[in-house]
Amino acid sequence: MEPDPVGAPDGDAALTLHDITRRFPGVLANDRVSLSFRRGEIHALLGENGAGKSTLIGIVSGMVRPDSGSIEVAGRPVRITSPSAALRLGIGTVYQHVLLVPSLSVLENLMLGNPWWRTLDRAATSERFADLAELLSVRLSPDAPVGRLSLGEQQQVEIMRALWHGELVLFLDEPTSMLTPQGVEDLGVVMRRLRDHGVAIVFITHKLKEASDLADRISVLRQGRVVGEVTPGELSTMSPDAIIERVVAMMFGDDGKAGDLRATLVGDAAAPQSRQSAEAGVEPLLVLRGGRTAGQRGECALDGTDLEVRPGEIMGVAGVDGNGQKHLAEVLAGQRMMTTGSISLAGRDIGHLGVAGRRRLGVRYITDERLGEGTAPRHSLAINLVIKEIGSPQFWKGGITLWRRIHDHARNLIRTYSIVAPSERAPLAGLSGGNIQKVLLAREWTGDARLLVVSKPTYGLDLQNTRRARDWIKSIRGNRDTAIVVISNELEELIDVSHRIAVMERGRIAGIVKNRSGARTAIGRLMAGVGAA
Amino acid sequence: MLRRHPLVSSLHGMVSVLLPVVLALAVGAVLLLALGKDPLAYYGYVVKRGLLSPTGLEASLTRTAPLLLIAAGLIVAFRSGLWNLGVDGQLLLAAVVTAALAPVLADRMPSLLMVAVCFAVAMAVGAAWSLIPALLKAQFGVNEIISTLMMSFLGVSFANVLIKIPFNDPLTTVPQTATLAVEDRLMRLADTTIHWGVLLALAVVIAVHHAMTMTALGMRLQIVGANMRTAVHAGLRLRLLVVVAFAISAGLAGLAGAVDVLGVHGTIRADWNPAYGIVVIPLVFLARFNGYAVIAFVFVFAVLVIGGESAARRLDVPTYFVLVLVGLVMLFLAVTEFLDHRRRQTARN
Repeated sequence: MEPDPVGAPDGDAALTLHDITRRFPGVLANDRVSLSFRRGEIHALLGENGAGKSTLIGIVSGMVRPDSGSIEVAGRPVRITSPSAALRLGIGTVYQHVLLVPSLSVLENLMLGNPWWRTLDRAATSERFADLAELLSVRLSPDAPVGRLSLGEQQQVEIMRALWHGELVLFLDEPTSMLTPQGVEDLGVVMRRLRDHGVAIVFITHKLKEASDLADRISVLRQGRVVGEVTPGELSTMSPDAIIERVVAMMFGDDGKAGDLRATLVGDAAAPQSRQSAEAGVEPLLVLRGGRTAGQRGECALDGTDLEVRPGEIMGVAGVDGNGQKHLAEVLAGQRMMTTGSISLAGRDIGHLGVAGRRRLGVRYITDERLGEGTAPRHSLAINLVIKEIGSPQFWKGGITLWRRIHDHARNLIRTYSIVAPSERAPLAGLSGGNIQKVLLAREWTGDARLLVVSKPTYGLDLQNTRRARDWIKSIRGNRDTAIVVISNELEELIDVSHRIAVMERGRIAGIVKNRSGARTAIGRLMAGVGAA
Repeated sequence: MLRRHPLVSSLHGMVSVLLPVVLALAVGAVLLLALGKDPLAYYGYVVKRGLLSPTGLEASLTRTAPLLLIAAGLIVAFRSGLWNLGVDGQLLLAAVVTAALAPVLADRMPSLLMVAVCFAVAMAVGAAWSLIPALLKAQFGVNEIISTLMMSFLGVSFANVLIKIPFNDPLTTVPQTATLAVEDRLMRLADTTIHWGVLLALAVVIAVHHAMTMTALGMRLQIVGANMRTAVHAGLRLRLLVVVAFAISAGLAGLAGAVDVLGVHGTIRADWNPAYGIVVIPLVFLARFNGYAVIAFVFVFAVLVIGGESAARRLDVPTYFVLVLVGLVMLFLAVTEFLDHRRRQTARN
């Protein structure tokens, strides 16, 4: 901790942001954000995806420069020019995903920030390690390889790393998303100890329940702006329910009707089955029951997911990222096999079929990882339009590629979908994000589609292309032969396109909400983990 | 983005390949001067003995046969994104099996049938030696660079065991396989010393080059090479394709071994290991996996090797100096590629 404010009483501002604004192309990520983080206080920062929390963290940790605004650390104006500058100012950040080297020991990981010319001073490092271990009240062997530690323990190492150069401000970005319930409890203990030691703790989360349990002060961000605050005085006097109502209203911008909405939510979430059967007796086209998958470390697998989608219906799937949405999409597409559970399309069991088999039955999947898995970016646009059909008699004869047909096909789709590209032979990587998305839509939306799974349809697109993609999804709504599942972490989007919206939480469907007025708040509550209980 | 005239871009391509070669020759000349040798004399002998003299040219062309077959296999593997660095072991094992089998078969069947059987067996042996790395890669994602290299060491040692124990010809004092009679070896072209394996190798490289772009299998393999996750997403049978790509690649390495034995050596002595793979791998990179470019580079390399052997003897330069030149070409290729990439990026901004 560098500037030690003389005589600063407890509760004094450790870090203050004045009118921080940061603009990215097409997005105002932070809009005149003013916040003050005080010593000895746990300050929860709540907001949906895209509310501007990540940008704010980037700014205080030296990864992102603000366009305007000023920052004060312990009363002195500073400029945070790099991550190491932030650490030297005593501002430590623990990111959502663990950033440690698994093969190195705990102590070695903590020494990684040292300049390369300095020899590793084990004695001094061990001393600081012991101090911090005592402060956090954690038991960690300094020589254990990090890869052998549990995620909770790895996070403790991350906290140590963040506090290594001083204990002024600690940012915790979604610290509970990877933890077990026990891990969350342990983290709470560590946070309180640090607070009592005088550290300003900023706790960034989606989960309202955790915020109201742990925080001394809550601020809510929405669309880059600070839209409200619950002060320590209010927190100590309000009932937990009242706090939740108030914050939900701030987060999702639907105010005044909370009581009415709760009833909507409870009715829907408690009995999705009954509501479905009441729906004109239409048989669901897609039925997923008890879907479970095996996840890798750090991945959220499906844990008994049930989903039914009727023909012509768009089922939105909402939820904070990393609650099993990726596995759900892959299970539907056949890219990932379930360990248990059943899946059927139009009454036919398709659980044993892989991607190719399901595609023949009309299953289509538009992935959000357009370049990472959806396409072969260095290959031509024309090839990318047929990679799910390689060997089909339409484009291959006796194993020989009929390039003319493939190129004709590509030119047709380029025209139909108004894809902007130099030619059908141009490498896909040269296209803009919006046009790559159109390539995927063109490839997947063929006449015989029975189930279309769309994952984050507008992820990474600019406003105009976002609107186009949404309009396209709306244009295929009500197509009587097809069930559509749209997975997104943008609530606005799901409310815009869906008939019903399911909320995923920890690999299960926490509830299904019919998309009508008040749905926003009901979904917000489910997402914030307060559920229908 | 500006679209360049095709002539300009093909010129650009030529320069970006020739420039590293010229630079490598220049630095090689400096090295020769430092060794107290006359670089012009060295390069002169290389060209004279490797290219211009009839026997030298014949030897150079003959040498291209195994190199081209290995390269053909590597084109398949590399375009599928699989780094089969174990071609030396695959080649040697197949060569040893061929050397043991050919003399036995030669007495029992017509020559052409013997050759066909030997080729088939050699390809099977090569492919079999790639099966373990292929399955490890397909099933568990084990890095094939390591596993193929390790299998290569094992293959080379195992080949020696085969030569020294079961396949040893008791009539010779040094451990070696029974010798295939000269008249049973691959037929020569006209009255040269070049055998028809060279033509076969050329045909295979060209066939492989086109198969990668003109067939469904080729496109599947290229998608695997582009990104395995894309292949899974597209519903390709990734595991099978990985095994197939390895089998083709290693099978062609095995064929290279058989061609070298049946066309040139007729027998294999213990501890013989030509280590062709280690030089063909950079050449295939240099050619950017293009079959026609591979043919050109392999020919130039063969001239360098044959001429270099002769030049080395006359000027008392180590034979391995040729490898220094190849290494320098690779180095400069990487540097020009990097600079070109940066230039294009600055031009775009």
